[in-house]
Amino acid sequence: MTTAGAVARAKATAVPASETLPWLISAVLVGLALYYVVGIDQGAVSVLGDTTVLHELVHDARHFLGFPCH
Amino acid sequence: MEARSFVLRGVVAGAVAGLVAWVFALLFAEPQVEAAIAYEEGRGEAEEALATAAGAVPAGGAEEEVVSRGVQATIGLGVGMVAIGIALGLLFAVVYTLLHGRVALRPRVLALVVAGAGFLTIYATPFVKYPASPPAVGSDETIGDRTALYLVMVIGSLLFLVAAVAVARLVRGRIGTWNAVLVGGVVYVALSAVLTTVLPGLGELTINAVENGPRVSETPLPLRDASGAILYPGFDADVLYHFRVASFAAQALLWGVLGLAFGALVERRLAKGEVGERTPETSAA
Ligand SMILES: [Zn+2]
Repeated sequence: MTTAGAVARAKATAVPASETLPWLISAVLVGLALYYVVGIDQGAVSVLGDTTVLHELVHDARHFLGFPCH
Repeated sequence: MEARSFVLRGVVAGAVAGLVAWVFALLFAEPQVEAAIAYEEGRGEAEEALATAAGAVPAGGAEEEVVSRGVQATIGLGVGMVAIGIALGLLFAVVYTLLHGRVALRPRVLALVVAGAGFLTIYATPFVKYPASPPAVGSDETIGDRTALYLVMVIGSLLFLVAAVAVARLVRGRIGTWNAVLVGGVVYVALSAVLTTVLPGLGELTINAVENGPRVSETPLPLRDASGAILYPGFDADVLYHFRVASFAAQALLWGVLGLAFGALVERRLAKGEVGERTPETSAA
């Protein structure tokens, strides 16, 4: 695929915002929820209860990904 | 292409990126995490001995292990890395979808640009102020403040990039694309510099400053007795360095694989679509 061809093809397939909205909104919500669960929940704040099972499970990833932990 | 195809490809590319980062973390993060936990345990014993010698009743009660270290260091690490890969893949796909076909970049280049922007704003810029830290580096009492400050850095960086892009687009007509990108870069760096200067260092948080005087970080200092003799050393600087370099590299790898895999998936889909629609004149490499 040439670069010019690929750019033209991308332009021809740009998606109108109206029909993409449900997909985009769900993607943002699920993405943020996952980010929160891996990085933050059962730490400073908790919506998944006051056990620490989830925090402990993903604990090493949380540190390694740069999130504040203990 | 529909938003659906982009979002699903974001999930796939994100999961693959998470798997790659997991393997990297197994090799380069876990040795440092183990060293940090060993330090933490040794320090806990030394502190207890010091307290007992001073006549205090030991607090006692070893921490209950909810998830074993063996699981944390393998499966748990993998679950976390793949989940964050999917999370970032979803957010990435949203930004990509909004830009696809609206900028003069071929998909695989645009995907790398968006991934680079994600790495810069969601990880690298916050890292400059509040770098990733292994266990033992970080006080339980400040977890609330530290989480809030970290998120301020993440959200601030995202807003600064939006501002930088807006400024670049504004001046592009007059000074050309190259110079406009440079101007945008200066705007981003300047705004980030202001924010990192204004926010407090973790060592400056009240609880820490009262205990140790104002410091940049929470990295443990040596444990001393009343005469000032060192009973237990401060945190190993080399462990901290290696952990942070590995964290930075893993994150670059995560975003890099996400961008490359996503770009390849989208271009493959577009090439297929084209073959189906109009067969002749398209197969130029
Ligand atoms: Zn921790």
